[in-house]
Amino acid sequence: MSENLESVVKTICEGFSNEKSRMMDIVREVQENFGGVSDDAMDLIAKQVQTPRVEVESVVSFYAFLSKEQHGNVVISLCDDIIDRMFGFERIKGVFNEALGIDVGETTEDGSITLETAPCIGMCDQAPAVMVNNEIFTEVSGDTVTEIVEQLRDGVAPERLRRRLGDGNNSNPLVSAAVSNNIRKEDEVIFAPLTCGNALKKAIAMSPNEVIRDIKTARLRGRGGAGFPTGMKWDFTRGAQGEKKFVICNADEGEPGTFKDRVILTERPQLLIEGMVIAGYAIGAEEGIIYLRGEYNYLRPYLEDTLQKARNSNMLGTNVMGKEGFNFDIRIQMGAGAYVCGEETALISSCEGLRGDPKNRPPFPAQKGYLGYPTSVNNVETFCCVARILDQGAGWFSQIGSKGSTGTKLLSISGDCRRPGVYEVPFGIKMTEVLEMAGGEGAAAVQVGGPSGQMIGPDDFERTICYDDLATGGALMIFGPKRDLLEVVEYFMEFFIEESCGYCTPCRVGNVLLKQRLQKIMEGKGEPSDLAYLEDLGNSVKSTSRCGLGQTSANPILSTLKNFRPLYEALVKEDQPFQPTFDIQKALGVAKGIAGRSSMHFAE
Amino acid sequence: MSENTITFEIDGVEVQGTAGQTIMQAADVAGIYIPRLCAFDGLEPFGSCRVCTVKVNGRFQSACTQPIAEGIIVENDSEELLELRRNLVDMLFVEGNHFCMFCEKSGNCELQALAYRLGIAAPKYPYMFPADRNVDATHKDVFIDHNRCILCARCVRASRDLDGKNVFQFVGRGPQKRIAVNSRARLVDTDLNVTDKAVEVCPVGAILTKHVGYSIPVGKRKYDHTPIGADIEANKK
Repeated sequence: MSENLESVVKTICEGFSNEKSRMMDIVREVQENFGGVSDDAMDLIAKQVQTPRVEVESVVSFYAFLSKEQHGNVVISLCDDIIDRMFGFERIKGVFNEALGIDVGETTEDGSITLETAPCIGMCDQAPAVMVNNEIFTEVSGDTVTEIVEQLRDGVAPERLRRRLGDGNNSNPLVSAAVSNNIRKEDEVIFAPLTCGNALKKAIAMSPNEVIRDIKTARLRGRGGAGFPTGMKWDFTRGAQGEKKFVICNADEGEPGTFKDRVILTERPQLLIEGMVIAGYAIGAEEGIIYLRGEYNYLRPYLEDTLQKARNSNMLGTNVMGKEGFNFDIRIQMGAGAYVCGEETALISSCEGLRGDPKNRPPFPAQKGYLGYPTSVNNVETFCCVARILDQGAGWFSQIGSKGSTGTKLLSISGDCRRPGVYEVPFGIKMTEVLEMAGGEGAAAVQVGGPSGQMIGPDDFERTICYDDLATGGALMIFGPKRDLLEVVEYFMEFFIEESCGYCTPCRVGNVLLKQRLQKIMEGKGEPSDLAYLEDLGNSVKSTSRCGLGQTSANPILSTLKNFRPLYEALVKEDQPFQPTFDIQKALGVAKGIAGRSSMHFAE
Repeated sequence: MSENTITFEIDGVEVQGTAGQTIMQAADVAGIYIPRLCAFDGLEPFGSCRVCTVKVNGRFQSACTQPIAEGIIVENDSEELLELRRNLVDMLFVEGNHFCMFCEKSGNCELQALAYRLGIAAPKYPYMFPADRNVDATHKDVFIDHNRCILCARCVRASRDLDGKNVFQFVGRGPQKRIAVNSRARLVDTDLNVTDKAVEVCPVGAILTKHVGYSIPVGKRKYDHTPIGADIEANKK
């Protein structure tokens, strides 16, 4: 065991007061310093924070960004989501393979560069995208790949790789990212000009209960997708017994096809912070946490700076804005690559330094959340709406949108359209209008709400986007008539299998079985009874899974069976009720390899 | 009747429980069996196997974690729920490598007994035959066979809460989730003792003690003649 490892691990742990609940930060730093969290490192961490060693391994083995194996100093992650696959993922992967001489999952011989894939990194409107350590590259071409590899070979550090900078704050020196905002439509809630501090001033002039009343009057509902009334959530949290309370911002946007929170974090973090402070005042919390997905680490310095500026202007700190006795501050908790952490109780587990397993409910986070204290978890966009409601009035807000769905919604639009990007639209807008705005007329299908949502076809394009009809966290993926929709479904199932935490049986096992049967059908080996099998199994997974991930993971199959049934029916052979699915040669493969000859009875 | 008494309904039968009880606890006292695998008396509810899924006022919930409440209508023994439970038990069978015919646990195995009780003769899902599940036989008295593990976390909870040791914990995620031990790799390097509760609570043949085999012959074992849950149903007044 090297002395260096020992002293660095010790320093890192001490930096977080040897606090077990900061395990995420500890293992992330060890990973950054040594390219992995080795067995030796895990032993040292366990000793230092006085926790069983297996607890450390439990965390390290859960998150995609953490590894026991040593990675190169440079880790290249190719964004492998369905949109990137449509826009050249395979091509650029091939160029990387050739230029580096390694395949995905491998490290170059000199140990310097590791090549990996990552599920959606939130850049679908500028696919294909690649992460090189924390640096993002978008609309990557074969030439860009060659250039990246050449520079890395020359010893250029990832943060110094040549690239153009994006628009807006993407060019801010603290961000300096080659990312585009692609804001295509601004409306009056999120993208209206900033008026820092007004909302908070108005809030602290009222009582906390009056603030909650305003949020209820505005009929604000959660923007993450579930649509729970925000005022009610705050009321429960405020009313719950607890020495301390917490406000958590869910900035883990991991739903493939969603990237609107990235744009808010780039262009309107002040609004988000103001909304969080108001939430703290309303529920009686003194601490807030922004849970930021690991993929958005490049935004962290800018967000830390924005928090510092808020402290300097007393929007954070003690006696906030002169309000005697109201103290509030915010820290950033980095995620490490786990979609399930977007589920609020899994997110809380992760903040507590644990595996990102969802928790049993009840108790709900409003009663017992972060470290057992009453906690309100809200989406980035929700907090922004809160600040505007306090500034402009609940009446103003409730006039926007439709009756059951007030305000505006940010849509993340990607896929087969001429103008992919972020659109702020009032709730109640029709899908046809959205497609026209985005230049996606002639779409064969739209995936509404990401893989966990539903796939709809032209028959449903007259429907409206709102909580009572097409409910969505904002992701719309557009598929043109030439796309193979079953390939899309297959990708979504792969995604859920990869991202399941594995806690409960139906999600851990059922999704694998669903994908197997789907593939059997796609290979042309389907039987008529397979469709009923998929429906029955899909409904079992949906009904018995423990959290939102499992309860929605069968949706890609169930919603396409409902809306695109002819695609399946064309593949199953009605006239041949028995399809051979057993491949004798494949089954004999291992035995043939050992024997060194082929079978006498089953000639190839 | 104390003021803590809560009255509710399971399959049309009025049941009384006390505040703070889960549906499963109250049902047990009333002699109504709700099938289960991860739940175990004396261990904190975990809610992973989902076999105890019931409907509470029309919504699916796990009976082992859901607290009782005044006037709730619980569905337990319906064909819909039985079918869901068969599907879950099926999934557990095909996920691992469960060869009952030469498993020491056969006859005492809760997974096997539950399959019989639910009327499963053979799984309807295709076997996965995982090839990456190993056996840890390093400990002198106990071995772990990951082929038969159903990830119920009974050993995790028993070791932590009853034995005060933390010998077991999960690693990995999704289909790669596994039980791991509190050492670099081997069970022998932990402080597990053969008398630990963690060894005893395994519902299947994943954690077994060495040096004992078939001391009770097949045919005379726990579930050979009485179905699983019969002990609970005996509470019925």
